[in-house]
Amino acid sequence: MHLRRSTVSIAILAAAGLSLTACGGSSGDSSSGSGDKIKIGTKFDQPGLGLKEGNKYTGFDVDVATYVAGKMGYKPDQIEWVQAPSKQRETLIKSGQVKLVVASYSITDDRKKEVSFAGPYFIAGQSLLVKADSTINGVKDVKGKKVCSVTGSTSVENLKKEQPDLVPQKFDTYSKCAEALSNGVIDAMTTDDTILAGYANQSAYKGKLKLAGDTFSEENYGIGLKKGDTATCEKVNTAIKDMVKDGTWEKLVKADFGDSYEYNQKTNPPTPATCS
Amino acid sequence: MNALFSQFDLWSAFWMTIKLTVIGAIGSLILGTLVAVLRLSPVRMLRAAGTAYVTVFRNTPLTLIVFACSLVLWQTLGITLANDHSRDFFTVNNFRLALVALIVYHASFVCEALRSGVNTIPLGQAEAARSIGLTFTQSLREVVLPQAFRGAVTPLGNTLIALTKNTTVVMTIGVAELAYQLARINEFRSDLLNLAFAVMAMLFVILTVPVGIFLNTFSKRLAVKR
Repeated sequence: MHLRRSTVSIAILAAAGLSLTACGGSSGDSSSGSGDKIKIGTKFDQPGLGLKEGNKYTGFDVDVATYVAGKMGYKPDQIEWVQAPSKQRETLIKSGQVKLVVASYSITDDRKKEVSFAGPYFIAGQSLLVKADSTINGVKDVKGKKVCSVTGSTSVENLKKEQPDLVPQKFDTYSKCAEALSNGVIDAMTTDDTILAGYANQSAYKGKLKLAGDTFSEENYGIGLKKGDTATCEKVNTAIKDMVKDGTWEKLVKADFGDSYEYNQKTNPPTPATCS
Repeated sequence: MNALFSQFDLWSAFWMTIKLTVIGAIGSLILGTLVAVLRLSPVRMLRAAGTAYVTVFRNTPLTLIVFACSLVLWQTLGITLANDHSRDFFTVNNFRLALVALIVYHASFVCEALRSGVNTIPLGQAEAARSIGLTFTQSLREVVLPQAFRGAVTPLGNTLIALTKNTTVVMTIGVAELAYQLARINEFRSDLLNLAFAVMAMLFVILTVPVGIFLNTFSKRLAVKR
């Protein structure tokens, strides 16, 4: 009797385990009815680029992804958004959990070893975000100042090359930097100007924070896809070219980063590189 | 492997984890004992204060407490725990804020572990202590707490091991411990990520397993035989 009872409970546990794994596994084809879906990875917490508010997704990356997916034959309601934090972008692509990653994804040689890129669709550059009444006007003014960026990003290292004398602070998200900046306990935050413009344009900080000085690096935002998938890459590149040609690109930049945001006119709008 | 250690300074990160663990453990042991004394005291107000402390801090998400230390204590109330004009202000300030958070959080667990130790002592002993004329403080110091600590070694050890692993949470305010370096490895050398995970796991095993084995034998030897 005892043996039997324990056998039953083990069976129940095993069954529970099985059903759990079934839930955990990716069931991409389970979506109901209306044709295929496309899974796109983007940031969920980056105002101006990719932001999830309730069920709504806003930002430049989201708009670009929607346009590109549209050209590939997917309606907006056929897009399934997947959160793609910086750290997980390669993994998401390599494991096939998403088809595309549009998440302020800079094209670098290191990353090209693991994934392929279409684009670039935008050329951002590193800049500084300061309080609206700050005297900091550019890289030379941050000497000895407190500068914030996120853990595991190249931003502070890049800035140090321009201005070695600064006091760096690192949080795990940009939002924490923005909050600290508006509290006045740090003097500037640094990363891509697109991300900074997103915060400056957010209602909580509008008029309180501003971009300072010129950009001092070039970040080529690409659309990440599976290594060697040239067919998809060609389609995406064609879509990007169309987007620039028909004026949508210009319109989206204005809408998502705010009217006061000035992108680098020399490098933008970019021409997509050839797929490899 | 060598690239991992030379490029990312894992040893100093490991040392940081150890510092957080050891200082955090000592601090939370002291604060936790104080709170436990409050909860055992005959004064109702003090008991209420102790209970309130435990209720608020026990299992409140640690990330929240850590970030609140940074956002509320430092950014909003302007309490700095380091020299504001120093070049390594953030390193020192964040480290100390992180310690405050770790101590405050784990003190509630230490308090409850000690209380469980107190419950192993027959009530008659406390009564006997009082009846031979010891004051409340004396009876705690001479009779109750020594036995409570001996009975509470196992739950205190659990808290210590939890504290060791919880140090990874303080990465959120930029303290350069192991999880912080793991985040950097992920960004700069994602090809080494699997190796880095294995190394981190090993380092934590090195920290926690000996402590577990030691505490096990220790608790058996110390337990009050009744």
